[in-house]
Amino acid sequence: MLEGESGKGTQKAMELLVAIGDAYDAPKMIPISRAHAASSGQEGDLYFVELLADGGARCKVPTSTNPVYDIPYFHRTFEGIPEDEAAVARRVMEAYRRVGAILSWSCLPYLSENIPLYGETVAFSESSATPYVNSVIGATTNREAAQSALASGVIGKTPLYGLHIKENRKGTHLVKVEATLKDEFDYTLLGYYVGKRLGYGIPVLTGLVKRPSTEELINFCAMSNVSGAISMFHMPGFTVETSTVEEAFQGGKPQDTMTVSNRDLENACEELQTTSGKIDFVMLGCPHYTLRQIEQAAKLLKGKKIRAGVGFWICTSGTTRLLAERNGYVQTIERAGGHVVVDTCIDEPCWIAYRGMTGMTDSPKCAYYRRFKEAMVGRLADCVEAAVKGRHQ
Amino acid sequence: MKSHEVTLKCHKIVGGYGEGQALVSHEPICFYLTDPKTGIVREKGHELAGKSVAGKVLVFPSGKASSVVQIDGLFKLAQHNVAPKALIVKDVETVLVVSAFIAKIPLVDRMEKDPFQAIHTGTMIKVDAEKGKVMLIMRE
Repeated sequence: MLEGESGKGTQKAMELLVAIGDAYDAPKMIPISRAHAASSGQEGDLYFVELLADGGARCKVPTSTNPVYDIPYFHRTFEGIPEDEAAVARRVMEAYRRVGAILSWSCLPYLSENIPLYGETVAFSESSATPYVNSVIGATTNREAAQSALASGVIGKTPLYGLHIKENRKGTHLVKVEATLKDEFDYTLLGYYVGKRLGYGIPVLTGLVKRPSTEELINFCAMSNVSGAISMFHMPGFTVETSTVEEAFQGGKPQDTMTVSNRDLENACEELQTTSGKIDFVMLGCPHYTLRQIEQAAKLLKGKKIRAGVGFWICTSGTTRLLAERNGYVQTIERAGGHVVVDTCIDEPCWIAYRGMTGMTDSPKCAYYRRFKEAMVGRLADCVEAAVKGRHQ
Repeated sequence: MKSHEVTLKCHKIVGGYGEGQALVSHEPICFYLTDPKTGIVREKGHELAGKSVAGKVLVFPSGKASSVVQIDGLFKLAQHNVAPKALIVKDVETVLVVSAFIAKIPLVDRMEKDPFQAIHTGTMIKVDAEKGKVMLIMRE
């Protein structure tokens, strides 16, 4: 394939996998069963996917895609989206279609569109996807980039290194959770705090008193892999690979131990607020909201009106919105003046109308990337209340 | 001023040749948090905040942040001709390999001496990734 006998696109994909293999001294390539490319409407992404598509490459195994933005919807709704950036997004989405990807445009493909099973070897990029697939599902993936995952989807292989090797999946740090975790926002803060403190490693979390929900796990994954580079973790008894702490460390000792108190999470939350008072918009769904989260938002908004001039946005997948519509949640949210949008990431040019404005979100990841002028971060209920009042605290 | 060259072995990850003044960061770098038109690091509180990576041989421990933004960040710097000329790292990870591959910037690791001991900001450096060599121009 390196000689180009399978076409130029396949050759480029193979070259990239070889460079990665070299970086890790991988002894060989191993087959994968599926991939998820964290596509984005950005130029680096465009360059590589077009290189492959134009070179005739096609995905060999199911390969799903991350959100870009709902182009027809946003261009109908907003003025001033820069045409050059829109053109990039359009070309990216078209090129992923040409390489034969599953056009999921979702950052939670592991919930509906492309679901790995326990023990599968896969190549999943995207902040929440990598740790979720490793830790919660127990399939194996490295912390892939969109391009390495796409290259693996095209070749059907990945270099054998990192988390595909059992001994590299053992815990590195013991994290004793003393904080009370009430809801998914607490798991957001926990992920943010643990990622920031560790930077890199495989934390083993103890002290959890009840089984975390899907949403709690998603948030922990997304935040710890953004404030740090946490590709995997163990919650012995709750995540699939380990039922005891000893097992999680594969008989070894932790490199370090840390505790997380209620105070630590309060401070982490405090650190995320750059302002208080008036807001211009609320943005939810980073990572994409699940059906249950949309239901919660609908319940909180029922019979209420979002203050005039305040934008209220929930990002989700096309699959989830379909169900949310069927269940009437979308209608309730729209009656209150909010919007549920599909195929869209918070970090896209379609949000230009809010550039330089003050927003509130339940996601530190959103606040970090969205280049808000000022940001407030709080739980969903507080975001809804702020949207209704037009201000927070 | 007299100078001599010190050659150190390294391990090629992404091939190519680049030379320039060293810019050393002890903190991991997210290329998205640099200005794509000037190469100036704009991450608040970062050790390199306000400094430009343009044309430099960047010495840093590792990359950080989500893959999407990291790769696009370095790609944009390359498009505007303000990317580093070469990257010398301690801990390489997949996202950084992809970033350098896409931006076509030589990337090496495993220098035979600790890069943070051997290299200081301002040192002239040539990186020949193909040959697995880093050359430091030492002034006397």
